[in-house]
Amino acid sequence: MTEIQAGTGAAGVAAPDQVPAIELDGVVKEYVSHGEVVQAVKGVSLAIGEGEFFSLLGPSGCGKTTSMRMIAGFEEPTRGVVRLHGQDVTNVPPNKRDVNMVFQSYALFPHMNVWDNVAFGLKRKKVSDDEVRSRVGEMLEIVDLVGREKRRPREMSGGQQQRVALARALVNRPRALLLDEPLGALDLKLRQHMQIELKRIQREVGITFVYVTHDQSEALTMSDRIAVMNDGLVEQLAGPREIYERPATKFVAGFIGTSNLLSGVVRAMNGASAVLALGPEDRVVVPIKGSATEGDTVELTVRPEKITISTEQPEGDLSMVEGTVSEVVYLGTYNSYAVALAGGAEITVFQQNAHDSTTTAERGDTVWLSWQPQHSYALQ
Amino acid sequence: MRRLRAALTPYALIFPGGVWLAIFFVVPTVVMLSLSLQSGNVADGFVFTWNWQSYVDGLTNYHDQIIRSLVYGLAATLIQIVIGFPVAYWIAFKGGRHKSVYLFLLLLPFLVSFVLRTISWQFLLSDNGMLLGPLKNIGLLPGDFRVLATPFAVIGGLAYNFLPFMVLPIYVALERIDPRVLEAANDLYAGKFQTFLRVVLPLSLPGVFAGVLMTFVPASSDYVNASVLGGTNTTMIGNVIQNQYLVTQDYPTASALSFTLMALLLVGIFAYAKALGTEDVLEVAAR
Repeated sequence: MTEIQAGTGAAGVAAPDQVPAIELDGVVKEYVSHGEVVQAVKGVSLAIGEGEFFSLLGPSGCGKTTSMRMIAGFEEPTRGVVRLHGQDVTNVPPNKRDVNMVFQSYALFPHMNVWDNVAFGLKRKKVSDDEVRSRVGEMLEIVDLVGREKRRPREMSGGQQQRVALARALVNRPRALLLDEPLGALDLKLRQHMQIELKRIQREVGITFVYVTHDQSEALTMSDRIAVMNDGLVEQLAGPREIYERPATKFVAGFIGTSNLLSGVVRAMNGASAVLALGPEDRVVVPIKGSATEGDTVELTVRPEKITISTEQPEGDLSMVEGTVSEVVYLGTYNSYAVALAGGAEITVFQQNAHDSTTTAERGDTVWLSWQPQHSYALQ
Repeated sequence: MRRLRAALTPYALIFPGGVWLAIFFVVPTVVMLSLSLQSGNVADGFVFTWNWQSYVDGLTNYHDQIIRSLVYGLAATLIQIVIGFPVAYWIAFKGGRHKSVYLFLLLLPFLVSFVLRTISWQFLLSDNGMLLGPLKNIGLLPGDFRVLATPFAVIGGLAYNFLPFMVLPIYVALERIDPRVLEAANDLYAGKFQTFLRVVLPLSLPGVFAGVLMTFVPASSDYVNASVLGGTNTTMIGNVIQNQYLVTQDYPTASALSFTLMALLLVGIFAYAKALGTEDVLEVAAR
């Protein structure tokens, strides 16, 4: 992983010996729509390291695509600076930037065959014919399209077109490759296959990948680091494991995977942890990053698979709450329970079918839910 | 029963149009073909005699007008490409939300009758009219300068009258280009000019091809422009045919000339389609 740190609000700080491949520094993008100024990107600063697989993840309209288009040069930021390898390229047009893009709908040239599509960039850069021939041939081998050089895009399947689009960008050996939801149009099987392929190709060519997606599993599978975006801002920037295990904000917790949100009033502080009051028999302990005092309301999140469901009150240093099962769903590899707490909150619990698939409780049963305190996180 | 109906449906759908074409296109064409091979005169009547002489006479006497018609048609078509392509390009790429307004404005003059529009050009271009008159008065043009009755007037009129048939197909072809394909070209180191040359132009060719067909054919067989805006030296084959039918009443010669023109245009179209209409033209453009 890279040593480069980055986050919301502050410019990425690069290690002195390493210039980030891509930097966004306080970038804002405003549009005028029906006479009103709309901010698509509200101030994003991040630094992407050389050779990193970096994802911009978020729902539609969160500003991820606009951010990527500013890196590519299709949009000019209203404020802020875009740097590629330390060089300010804020006002440099796309054809003068050493980054290439794979478009959502591939945007292949419909009047050219596969070979001419892939050779397009090299020919514009006036690369010699011999080199064009060897580099295009080599690239078609990497994406497994040898023998299909004469095909037109419309004669090819979605997966093949996807690989042409990838080859067309990568053959130029850009300093960074930008991918705008490149797998969105493919069916699930092919998408999963291409995720692994993309990761393999990235390892082989060693080029920085910036990947825009709204699909959290895709981002978690492939990325070295993920910037989760919402409403024009970066909510959290971290590795996939940390994003999933320790969501920094309520939005991230809700957007990535299934999360349970609970809130309670601080009854006492116990070192760096707060003891929360929920139900009378309940005991919830949660680590707190900042400071909290008695009487504060704290929101916390805990993942469904971290929770153990039992019919008897568990022993030990666990967080535990009591509730009533409102739904049990058998899902093959696991059972999913919905448990209603006395306070009105509903908690989802996943129970692995590791041994047999019998359920611990049925609808209407009173159960205890417990988890390790360190598996729950207070939200900012 | 249902299968039978499904099998008959396409024929039922084509029936009205087919009958229409049979009565108003096939029958007149056959009548005209037969007429071109008859001999006789209006007073005594015409008899079918396999008389090929009308074709020979037509080509011998009027080859100048035939060639002139094709040249005028070609010139008008080229002018239309030069004028029409930028108009179509501008509406397709810069028209924004008002594309349909601009298309309507383009078509607006064509809601007025073809002949009236041509006559108004006659007013505009007349020797001392609103265009030339003032220029002559202030001495910018010599007193005997004229546009009417010259090839320029006829070709200009032809180019004007069929312009929408050039603009619309090109517009449709350009409009269908995915803007992201243009961004992709830009991303792959092509500047504005290279993007136009390598992507926009090749993708617009089907539209240009259709536009050329839809303007060259009516322009080279037109007679209104030559008779309203032209003079004795700008007679086109359409004028000759009209004259043969309505004045001289030599129906066989008129029919033979019509068929000659039709044959020439068909051969021309097929040659053109062979040369340009296939995917080869796109292959060439991709290099």
